[in-house]
Amino acid sequence: MKAHDLVELAARNLRESVLRNSLTTLGIGVGVASLVAMLSLGIGLQQLANRRLEKSGLFDTIVVTSRRNFRGFERDEDRNGPPPAESRPLDEDARTSMERLPNVLEATPDIRFISELRYGDKPHLTMVAGLPPSAKDKDAFDGMQGRFFSSDTADEAILQIQFADELLGIHQKVGESSSKLSGQTQALIGKELTLHYAERVPSPQLSEAKTAPAKEGSGSGDQSSAAQGASKAGAMAAFSVVPRERKLRIVGITDQEPDSMRGASGARVFVPLQMVENLHVMLPSGLRGAEPNLSTVPAYLSLSVRVKDPGKVEAVQDAIKKMGFNTFSILDATRSLRRFFAVLDLFLGIFGSLALAVAALGIVNTLVMAILERRHEIGIMKAIGASDGDVKKLFFAEAGVMGLFGGMLGVALGWSMGRLINLGTNAYLHSQNLPSEDVWSVPWWLVAGAIAFAIVISMISGLYPAARAARLDPVEALRYE
Amino acid sequence: MPESPARAGTIRTEAVCRHYHMGDSVIPAVDGISLDVAGGNFVALLGSSGSGKSSLLNLIAGLDRPTSGTVIVDGRNLAEMSSEELSRYRRHNVGIVFQAFNLIPTMTLIENVELPMRFAETERGERLKLAREALQRVGLGARLAHRPSQLSGGEQQRAALARALVNRPSLLLADEPTGNLDSRTGSEILGLIHALNEQLGMTVVLVTHERALAERYAERLIFLADGKVVGDQLNVPAFPGIAGRGSGAETVTTRPGEAL
Repeated sequence: MKAHDLVELAARNLRESVLRNSLTTLGIGVGVASLVAMLSLGIGLQQLANRRLEKSGLFDTIVVTSRRNFRGFERDEDRNGPPPAESRPLDEDARTSMERLPNVLEATPDIRFISELRYGDKPHLTMVAGLPPSAKDKDAFDGMQGRFFSSDTADEAILQIQFADELLGIHQKVGESSSKLSGQTQALIGKELTLHYAERVPSPQLSEAKTAPAKEGSGSGDQSSAAQGASKAGAMAAFSVVPRERKLRIVGITDQEPDSMRGASGARVFVPLQMVENLHVMLPSGLRGAEPNLSTVPAYLSLSVRVKDPGKVEAVQDAIKKMGFNTFSILDATRSLRRFFAVLDLFLGIFGSLALAVAALGIVNTLVMAILERRHEIGIMKAIGASDGDVKKLFFAEAGVMGLFGGMLGVALGWSMGRLINLGTNAYLHSQNLPSEDVWSVPWWLVAGAIAFAIVISMISGLYPAARAARLDPVEALRYE
Repeated sequence: MPESPARAGTIRTEAVCRHYHMGDSVIPAVDGISLDVAGGNFVALLGSSGSGKSSLLNLIAGLDRPTSGTVIVDGRNLAEMSSEELSRYRRHNVGIVFQAFNLIPTMTLIENVELPMRFAETERGERLKLAREALQRVGLGARLAHRPSQLSGGEQQRAALARALVNRPSLLLADEPTGNLDSRTGSEILGLIHALNEQLGMTVVLVTHERALAERYAERLIFLADGKVVGDQLNVPAFPGIAGRGSGAETVTTRPGEAL
């Protein structure tokens, strides 16, 4: 029998006992809907998590530190690598060579220091941190008041909400929930803030003289660390510290900690990175490291290297390690997170499939009933020339048609359930003053896959009834009324 | 078309047996029947209930397989065919009508008549045309879209006849076709079968227990009892239209496969 004849006959047979077949189809629909619902919830949550994580900058960032700063940690790379004193300084050179590595978006220094800020005539002591322009896309600035820096060299500042409250003289009680952006904080935007800082000015006559012994020192190995310490003390004299001040305009207020990787060290005022670099602020690392050539080429305490794609983190990390630096990333955390979602999807899929399995039993039941009911008809069909294969295919096609309609119904049902849940969560998030999020996502492959799966499951369910119908003895079947 | 020596629709059985096993006992429904039926013949199988006439008909129809012996139709041994081959044989070589009409109640008349052609994979346009013609031939041209339940018994049997003949079989097997009809309608049906036998030239095997009916239409009467042939005689049909036709099939002018 031809395929379109089969489908036509199957469809008309299904129409004949429309109530029973609709109920069976509805059963498949509910099964598919539950599968679609579970899987799209899993996918939606995973996408939500990925979006959040990508924005947080946790998974595409490698923190690079110089080995000089971490001597004493008994880590493998420290023991195996060159002695700390011989390793490369984390300077501008190193930064540009890291930026040239494949898959690296940018390498930005971490500049943070404690400083006095004047607002009105009151002094406030707090941590100031430089932010690269790329920080704009991080989720910390999602719900901010005002705007991000107009340029990387602008004399502008973004305040953290607690610091804004401090400027306004609002005091949070201990244990009280965090402050909220309000009209009061809005009023701060556009106001001026004076940054007091210490500029490190190199002393030209000394810096050149001190460059040579430094190179000697770095060649002399571990034993000479005491001597090196002495030469560092001498190098301190290579620069002087000049107090300065800079006026900054408040352009934004954020209610979250924008720095992700290392706990932000409580920075409460953020300024453009390039602007603060140009200030040559005396940094704590400058005091501690006190490399002889510090005065001319600044060395960084740490660099944040952003990678294009979290998948490339490992390769980049290895390349940086080869350059002779310590690196740190949360790569392992992503791995276990992915494993978590794989397991979650599996579990959701299994629960979804359970409903479909029950629906499959419904198909078996309906078709076995149909065989009993249509026994006589099967006998007639065989008598007028239907082969066993024709009868089998006909029952198979009926199962497939039920699967197709059930699948489509199920996808529609699952999809509308998803829309409803998205609507509900967003309404809730809105009531909590949170930005809306889609926790439910139905990709096209899930739609196609669910329908195909429903058809396959239905056909598998049809296997036994179809075989049984085909085996019917026509003489027996014709006798049956 | 060249005249073939053996006409299509010849039936030959050789010591054919069909034994049913009921628990420990064996029921010999057909017990060693050997018969030769010439192509185009109108044969009646007569006997009381349980004489084995329907079982023999099922063996000839390829609906059942003999326990032993052979059934040879047009030179092909049905006992050796696979079930796929048997279904093809039923599709193209055999048309069956039953006592209970056996139309599919959920289908209209034209759909019922189309069904054998669906299995034979006839093109849709051709199928509709042939089905319409077949129904017109049995006088149901105006009832194409009716369901079997909307028809009288005689009309249903005529529709079943149209369905049985739509694939142009060389054998028409009729199992008590008048059993559910009043005698007048029964005669009409048999008259129609006889006319179609004359027009189309297919072999007709009629199973009946009504000897009077058989004598009116059949050219040969075969009597069965307890699965055996107990009598076999030629008969001159009393049907007015074919009086004087004789017992042979020589006068039949049309054969299966030829256009009307």
